Amino acid sequence: MKARVYVTLKTGILDPQGKAIEGALKSLGIEGVASVRQGKVFDIEIAPTADRADTEKLLAAAADKLLANTVIENYRVEIL
Amino acid sequence: MNAAVIVFPGSNRERDVAFALELVSGKKPALVWHAETALPPGTDLVVLPGGFSYGDYLRCGAIAARAAIMDAVRAHAARGGLVLGICNGFQILCEAGLLPGVLMRNKDRRFACKIAHLKVERADTAFTRLYAPGQVISIPCAHGEGNYVADAETLAGIEGEGRVAFRYCSASGEVGPAFNHNGSTNSIAGVFSKTFNVLGMMPHPENHVDARLGSTDGRGLFAGLVDTLASAA
Repeated sequence: MKARVYVTLKTGILDPQGKAIEGALKSLGIEGVASVRQGKVFDIEIAPTADRADTEKLLAAAADKLLANTVIENYRVEIL
Repeated sequence: MNAAVIVFPGSNRERDVAFALELVSGKKPALVWHAETALPPGTDLVVLPGGFSYGDYLRCGAIAARAAIMDAVRAHAARGGLVLGICNGFQILCEAGLLPGVLMRNKDRRFACKIAHLKVERADTAFTRLYAPGQVISIPCAHGEGNYVADAETLAGIEGEGRVAFRYCSASGEVGPAFNHNGSTNSIAGVFSKTFNVLGMMPHPENHVDARLGSTDGRGLFAGLVDTLASAA
């Protein structure tokens, strides 16, 4: 089973990296971009024996304990 | 003073800190590898040095905060032991939940490498007892992610409880955006824990402990800790 965890900055948290990318897109002449926020994606391979409900719990624990800093970041788990 | 300096893969200021600690206390600190599970017996002070633990992968300090030794550091802090985190060490303390908030990429996206002026907010703590309240000290800073951020409620708590240790300021003590090198909320350069036995700060006091290094303004912090421990003994 494959899963994906998306980690994004909470609304209102300044994202200097996103801002830099936004500036670079503009300087490349890519028009129509209003703003960019940078996040992270973790592709995680789950042991084949695991069941879906347990896997969701496991991934939430992984995100809470390490993958995201919930002071500034939100996360979303997707089982593929 | 029995000090332990924790070394993570990628730490690079452990020797600077060890130099400062030995200079003021006359005793070499123990260098403790991150994979250890216990601090040396009788440890009074734990220092998390600056550097780039685990290459700053994931988030600065995130992986180090979950290293084996951190349970021992947490237990040491919980029983009132002194803990100092400098630069990456501050990031680790925030990630470990020993201090509130988080350190984000500098607001202007530039690596801040300069001599910062810091305003000492209070002098009644183990760390700042040799300074005067409002005193301006010169301390070098060198970081790309030193922008201190906390949610409004946490921030109100920190300010209300007087837990800001240092703020960036001008040479004459003026606090404002022009002197805030990284965009930190309220120009915060250092924060105490609720019980004032844990301090995290972005600038490097260990680099201003000898006149040959340009200033001795950082020495008071380490000497204050020696003093605190001597008067407690």
